[in-house]
Amino acid sequence: MTSSASTDVVVIGSGFGGAIPAYHLAAGGARVVVLERGPWLSSEEFDHDFKLGSSYTRIFDFTVGDGMSVLGGNCVGGGSVVYFATMPRAPRFVFERQGSIGRRMWPAAITRATLDPWYDRVCESLPVTMQSWDKVPYAGGLFAAACAHAGRTANPVPSAVDVDKCTNCNWMMAGCRFDAKRSLLLNYLPAALAHGAEIRPLHEVQHLSRTDDGGYRVHYRIVDAEDYRILHDSGTIDARIVIVAAGAGATPVILQRSEPTLGTMPPAVGRYFSGNGERLNTAVFDDDRVREVLGLSRPDGRGYAANQIGRGPTVATWDRLDPDLPEYERYSLEQLFFPLGLGTILAQVPDAQGPSWFGLEKKEMLRRWQSWLTLFTMSEDDNEGVFGPPPATGNADRISQQMLGRGPLRYRPTANTLRGWAAADADARDILERDGLARVMPWTNDVVGAYTVHPLSSCRIGDDPATSALDDRHELRQHPGIFVTDGSAVPGALTVNPALTIAALAERAVPGIVRAAQERGIDVTYHGALPDGTVTAVPQVVPS
Amino acid sequence: MQPETPEEQQARVLTLEAFADTIIPGAKRSADDRAIAGVSTDGGAVESGALALMEDPAGGLALMLGTLSEALNAHATGYAEANDLTLDPAVPPFVALAFDHRTALLGHLLAPDSPEKEMWVGLALFSNMAYDSAAHMNTVDALAAGHPGLLAIGITKPDDDGLWRFPEYSYGRPLSRLHPHTTPTGSPA
Repeated sequence: MTSSASTDVVVIGSGFGGAIPAYHLAAGGARVVVLERGPWLSSEEFDHDFKLGSSYTRIFDFTVGDGMSVLGGNCVGGGSVVYFATMPRAPRFVFERQGSIGRRMWPAAITRATLDPWYDRVCESLPVTMQSWDKVPYAGGLFAAACAHAGRTANPVPSAVDVDKCTNCNWMMAGCRFDAKRSLLLNYLPAALAHGAEIRPLHEVQHLSRTDDGGYRVHYRIVDAEDYRILHDSGTIDARIVIVAAGAGATPVILQRSEPTLGTMPPAVGRYFSGNGERLNTAVFDDDRVREVLGLSRPDGRGYAANQIGRGPTVATWDRLDPDLPEYERYSLEQLFFPLGLGTILAQVPDAQGPSWFGLEKKEMLRRWQSWLTLFTMSEDDNEGVFGPPPATGNADRISQQMLGRGPLRYRPTANTLRGWAAADADARDILERDGLARVMPWTNDVVGAYTVHPLSSCRIGDDPATSALDDRHELRQHPGIFVTDGSAVPGALTVNPALTIAALAERAVPGIVRAAQERGIDVTYHGALPDGTVTAVPQVVPS
Repeated sequence: MQPETPEEQQARVLTLEAFADTIIPGAKRSADDRAIAGVSTDGGAVESGALALMEDPAGGLALMLGTLSEALNAHATGYAEANDLTLDPAVPPFVALAFDHRTALLGHLLAPDSPEKEMWVGLALFSNMAYDSAAHMNTVDALAAGHPGLLAIGITKPDDDGLWRFPEYSYGRPLSRLHPHTTPTGSPA
């Protein structure tokens, strides 16, 4: 069965890139429909459960590519529901990066200074708060102490977690049961709904086409609520403005699939993908050394043995975010938690005599899981990811009924990326292996290739049409009225967690989208109020 | 497609159990257990429910298991010939391999340059998930039932409502100098 409808604006995806423009456009008077591929869960439905079919697999996607696997949200609220809510701003030098193109990757209009007011708005809206040492969980404290012991600095990272509500259960990737994590389900999305926006879950957009009046037709399929391999009815919605915010692993696929109906896409659609230079190391700590060398102890006398306790990453060292270091050699190292289910198989046994990631020695390593600390590298990769031809539907051929699929992304790390990873690995060992504190090994890339929880740049903004799919207002080149506002718009790796930057860019893009909507005859204005109704000064967007 | 005979089914189960036992090894369930090599002293992937997870229709491997089992045994036969090993015909070829040989064969099949890597990685992933997260069971039930993997890993039990809370979670004091260029909002400069 096919249904059809029309509206002013269709937003594809309900993560940061979708929810933020959806709210502002609805608040400004536009008719807005948000199409979200994943289900819509409330906090009571966020399970503490690894069983297939629990919220952990319903709202979370693991897409295996050729050399790069991507983890991301798949639900109303997108990445904000499954992420760890760690919200630093990107360092100043990131905006000056050249990458492999021999010129500044970011549009001239965007620097850290010009983005700071937009960061401020998101920080106020979610909100994002600074974190204090007295509430840093054990794993973050241990990492900080190890950094100090190695002569380094370490910082509690700003976070969108309401620490007073948090139980430190470390189930954040299955959604926050306690509403401590300030996901979009608690701010922008309810505000969008209050202003009349409509959110349709389990609507997977397949492609776009043009309408006779210069607008666009959005073609979707209904996804089965339990078995995402099954697609039901199809439908279309006509709109004068389309905002594509399906995530960096899906946005370019929708646009590529639309080429036969929309016409040629800019060459940067589906190219320049960045995994945010991400890489993981696992440290296994010697509890005696934690007590003796670092002087740490828990109330029960143990030094650490608290891998299960916490709220994802809470402490990072930014010593290598030094603008004077060469490009590709700058990175942050952040203490992280990675849940069971996917979080152990790639960890490697130090000094393994046999296989490093499976077998008897790996089993022995797993017995010490509570003494593990996962260390997260976010570095400067080389935007080397390229999307191949789109699968028949969606952005992956789904293997499991939920979560696991195989996608068309190909990634071969360049010597630049590998150099950064090697430097970060050596740094991790230098910090954590001192005086016998721990043994450290990187996760293997031999099993599923590299991996990222922060896919970026596959449809990026820039000033150069050859290397950027979007102009600096996030409009898709050669296709006026289509905007992209998710992580795929970010030009390159950020060396820190990117959610706040994605959100700030989306906030910054909204006034331009409103102007484009007005030019297309939509009765909408930009008020710039925060989702709770607070009216604040609106930053200026430098005209392009 | 012909339905599986009881003998074929038994061979498939033994073969897949032997695969899972090579990923996370366990103790033999009985003296005549052939699938589990018995190189570990407590439960591994098999006792953790690897077969149940592989056979779960939600996982996506269930329809491939017969093919995977046959392919693995064909590889085992080839491996035995190449290494001049005599296999016990009473069990499937992969099951007849000693643990070290099973490990060596899987090392080849799972290697980055293996043309079949993807399907064996899938099977390895499910074997590991059975042990490290009991993804075929409700986690609370798995803990209550003494799931060998979750117990060995040391997952604590949740509160009575099935939710985890950790009232004690912090060392509670500054443990490092901050980066000198930290901005007033707590971010890098």
